[in-house]
Amino acid sequence: MDNFTPWSVLAGGALLGTSAVILLLFSGKVAGISGIFSGLLQPRKRDFLWRLLFIGGMVLSFFIFSPNASSALTSPSIALYIIAGLFVGIGTRLGNGCTSGHGIIGIARLSKRSILATCIFIGSAMLVVLFR
Amino acid sequence: MLTLLSAFISGLLFGTGMIISNMIDSTKVIGFLDVTGQWDPSLAFVILGALLVFTPCYHIFIKQRNLALSGDKISFSTNTNIDSKLVIGAMLFGIGWGLAGLCPGPALTNLGTGSLTILLFTLSMSIGMLLVDKVFKKRTIHFQNQIIGR
Repeated sequence: MDNFTPWSVLAGGALLGTSAVILLLFSGKVAGISGIFSGLLQPRKRDFLWRLLFIGGMVLSFFIFSPNASSALTSPSIALYIIAGLFVGIGTRLGNGCTSGHGIIGIARLSKRSILATCIFIGSAMLVVLFR
Repeated sequence: MLTLLSAFISGLLFGTGMIISNMIDSTKVIGFLDVTGQWDPSLAFVILGALLVFTPCYHIFIKQRNLALSGDKISFSTNTNIDSKLVIGAMLFGIGWGLAGLCPGPALTNLGTGSLTILLFTLSMSIGMLLVDKVFKKRTIHFQNQIIGR
């Protein structure tokens, strides 16, 4: 099965990078999705609307570019997703970042914390998939 | 105003990037993580593509600035400690990512599908985040002292 699609993926990645540059340069905010989202859950004054607009833009892009797509889920078990969500929520808050914050912005800044975190979460995710 | 506008535009771009790269497709993500199976290295190119744009832009245009164009401070985490919180957090996040093939960005973008499963994942993720924030507000200092490899 030949699934390898490097060019569209590279272009998509470049858009993520562009998005992070725009947000940082214009507003001084870091485009880490777990951080942006978690700030929505405990709203603070003057620190809420930009988060909502960012996440809203993400969801809206879905309606613009792939309105008919259904999310391809890999397991029929709803329980698995609930457990996984809990792990992702706890892990990203404890570790202070996810794939975007650590994997893109932290690595670009050569942050030791982010480089280590990225290696660890990719490693533990690969291990889980191995035994899944 | 500049902050709000740039947040909205970069949110749109971020979502679009994840759609074009197929990162919102959890089968694709699992394919990337499945190194011993039919490994699909595509998603390594997502991070590569993002770094190819962000790294030079950051080091040339942003790094020397104190303030963003909006006048707000450029806010990075000042924490440089490799502590157990970081290691355990990254490990737990990886477990969840591997189980579902979803990390926060793709999960939130996927809310657009109206899938109940994605909604439940997001709710559960929110509970996890709030839980950590509640528990660790008091214990942050304690944890920062447990530096790995001391």
